[in-house]
Amino acid sequence: METINKNLSRRNFIKLSGLSGAALTLGLYMPAFGKESSTEIISEATAENLGIDLNAWISIDTSGKVTITNHRAEMGQGSFQSVPQIIAEELEVNLDQVNIIFAQGNNKKYGSQITGGSSTIRGNYQKLLKLSATAREMLIEAAAKKWNVAKSECYAENGFVIHKSSGKKLGYGDLVEDASKLQPPHDVALKDPKDYKVLRKSLPRQDTPLKTNGTAIFGLDKKLPGMLYASVERNPRFVGKVKSFDDSETKKVPGVKHVLKVTRDTFGNMFEGVAVVADNTWAAMQGRKALKVEWDDSGFEYHSTDQLYSKMKEQVKGDVISFKTKGNFNSSFAKADKKLEALYETPYESHSCMEPLNCVANVTADACEIWGPIQAPDWVQGNLAGALKLPMEKVIVNMTFLGGGFGRKAFTDYPFEAAMISKEIKAPVQVVWSREDDTTLGPFRPGMVYQCKGGLGKNGMITAFETKMAGQNMNQQNPGADRTGYNSSTTEGLLEPFFESIPHYSFGDSPLNSPIPVMWWRSVYASTNGFALESFMDEMALEAGKDPLDFRRSHLGEQRYQLLIDKLEEVSGWKKRGKNEGYGVAITECFTSIVGEVVKVSKKADGKVRIDKVWAVMDCGWYVNPDIIRGQVEGSIVMALGAATKHATHFADGKAVEKNFNTYMMPRITDIPEIEVYVMENEEKAGGVGEPGLPPFTPALTNAIFDLTGKRIRVLPFKLEEI
Amino acid sequence: MASLNLKINNKTYTVDADPKMPLLWAIRDIVGLTGTKYGCGIAQCGACTVHLEGTPVRSCSIPVSAAANKNITTIEGISPDNSHPVQQAWIQEQVPQCGYCQSGQIMAATALLKKNANPSDKDIDAAMQGHICRCGTYPRIRKAIKTASILMSQKASTK
Repeated sequence: METINKNLSRRNFIKLSGLSGAALTLGLYMPAFGKESSTEIISEATAENLGIDLNAWISIDTSGKVTITNHRAEMGQGSFQSVPQIIAEELEVNLDQVNIIFAQGNNKKYGSQITGGSSTIRGNYQKLLKLSATAREMLIEAAAKKWNVAKSECYAENGFVIHKSSGKKLGYGDLVEDASKLQPPHDVALKDPKDYKVLRKSLPRQDTPLKTNGTAIFGLDKKLPGMLYASVERNPRFVGKVKSFDDSETKKVPGVKHVLKVTRDTFGNMFEGVAVVADNTWAAMQGRKALKVEWDDSGFEYHSTDQLYSKMKEQVKGDVISFKTKGNFNSSFAKADKKLEALYETPYESHSCMEPLNCVANVTADACEIWGPIQAPDWVQGNLAGALKLPMEKVIVNMTFLGGGFGRKAFTDYPFEAAMISKEIKAPVQVVWSREDDTTLGPFRPGMVYQCKGGLGKNGMITAFETKMAGQNMNQQNPGADRTGYNSSTTEGLLEPFFESIPHYSFGDSPLNSPIPVMWWRSVYASTNGFALESFMDEMALEAGKDPLDFRRSHLGEQRYQLLIDKLEEVSGWKKRGKNEGYGVAITECFTSIVGEVVKVSKKADGKVRIDKVWAVMDCGWYVNPDIIRGQVEGSIVMALGAATKHATHFADGKAVEKNFNTYMMPRITDIPEIEVYVMENEEKAGGVGEPGLPPFTPALTNAIFDLTGKRIRVLPFKLEEI
Repeated sequence: MASLNLKINNKTYTVDADPKMPLLWAIRDIVGLTGTKYGCGIAQCGACTVHLEGTPVRSCSIPVSAAANKNITTIEGISPDNSHPVQQAWIQEQVPQCGYCQSGQIMAATALLKKNANPSDKDIDAAMQGHICRCGTYPRIRKAIKTASILMSQKASTK
């Protein structure tokens, strides 16, 4: 069995990569079942000796072409470019020699594949550097042996190994056969960043040309022979059951083939719906319109936004589950020279990826294959192997390009539903979520309420700080979940040195109970915590009579933070502001990167507030591609601007109110200020890039509006034109 | 159901479809050209934009029967090899992130530049504000349109 799987897998890899014949293939072997700490670099020969299925991360064929397997998703954040850029550097090849393919889901081979927490680079770069340096050293060794010279007399460059004194050279393609017989060396030396040739350069993304001529294949573009299309009427109150349905009109719609009840496993809760399957998307949608479904919605509360926020506001007044405390907040607050208190509210939000959710499934008697815009192919594999009672290797999960992800496409519910339909109708099917489905069914970013209290000493330093957070806990949604534990994300977003400089603090949460499904939304809790914490920081600075930048400076001792503040002050002209200009700052920490943003606002001729400019300084430590970082920070700012000033999801009678882009309003080209992004240079470990630019924007904006107008905004979203 | 002729990118396709089916789904599901995207279905986001007789339209909100026998251009017809100045500019300015909305953005930008070779910021706002990009590539879209305008004038002067 092992042999068959191994051969199939290798053949599959060769087919996917277009490799020819002999090759030097290196993989990572995790003997402790996907435990990344036990990772070893192994060659194909070693894998065969061990009788294991090699997960080829790098393969060089006899033509010198390099194929890289990207085990993470490409959803716009740039893994399709940044992973090859890392490998090209230590492998000493040009990017045009590199071909990249998506890995299939398998965390036993690849370790975690969940493309979330801005983790692709920060979680893998050291491994990728080492892997490519190992391949390079094996190629150099092969050439040295061939020429019968010392390895130290040779070096690699542009896909060739060169003998220094004679100038003799051999291409990698001519060396792979010999190199593949060598043992991968241990502990290869990695380059000093100052010698980088490919890394740290704004090299153009390799996926761009596919995205300017319509050839990039997203989930919705995947077609299989004989594939049918499904549109599903799902319970708008999420958890209720299908009592009955009448499909008599549906079946009259030309093209409709099947109507069936279907379940969708959402965090272990079986949500129900009725699927209409047809031979094209539109027929399925029309058939669904003609469907009449009666729901059984007994046994849970139908929430409205007002109820949800009243409950949360009530909850922050009471006891919370303590997460992090130091000293004695209460007594220190009581003795403080100045005291302040504020309540902040942030809304529920939809992810609203431009590509609505969709998934192709082909379930046969003994196997299942999935294609889709998927952030976590390994989770989908595990979930479906369990649900379909198939061995893991019989569940193949293929990632397409993702038309946005932002956290929503990290969950297994939509592939699950597609697989259930395919199993039932015994045909490949593509489930297409309408924009309305995508906007109204969640999981949403949870709405939150924060109560902050701060005490200041005579020297203008914070002596006491308390935050009580109320909102749905994303980790407590499974049936029977323990709701007594604290939320470890209560302080996400807050800069680490504050825990040093503030002598007395207390952070805790009070989870809200609601059937509304909630989940990660770009930058997760930091996206809402950041607003409360960094608005309150501004309020405390002003109460202390300090400049908001200086106030932060005095609490953030570490040099890394001081340098970031200096940079922000310098690039934004913080202290050279003109009359009638409002400046606001916020700095947050998210997925181990620190981002500071300064927003400048002014009044237009009609007296309305205008956002003139945003300066962002990103400190993500070790980094790959400055232009991708700039793009991610620009995009994060635009997404934050939308959630601050344009859209929110409200609930009435247990259902989401905003259904499409005519009511869930997106920021548009006319709303965008000038954005300038700077990247800090240092020797820190790599931090996240895709998300950390989001949290500081909103508080920097509202702090700037206060600076200009004296109006403090504590509830999101707000309308710029109404200030 | 009706048999209709669709002239897409100078090629004629005969499709058998409900005349009320939006052009978008006929292009994607029946003809099989998937560069044109579904975004909202109500003409709010612009992802489905194609040119009908040279004018940008929302293919999600036009019945396929209304497009029969007319010249339709989709992203695939702008140029398959990315040689069009707008595509060149999009690559030069590294506009796309996820890329899903970019077909529609490019269709709008090519139509704008055809009408107005040197658009001002206001012209760009007017032509592009119907297009949503959730990744927030708007600053680069604006820049790329200006770059495309320069590339087009250079191309014209070397002819």
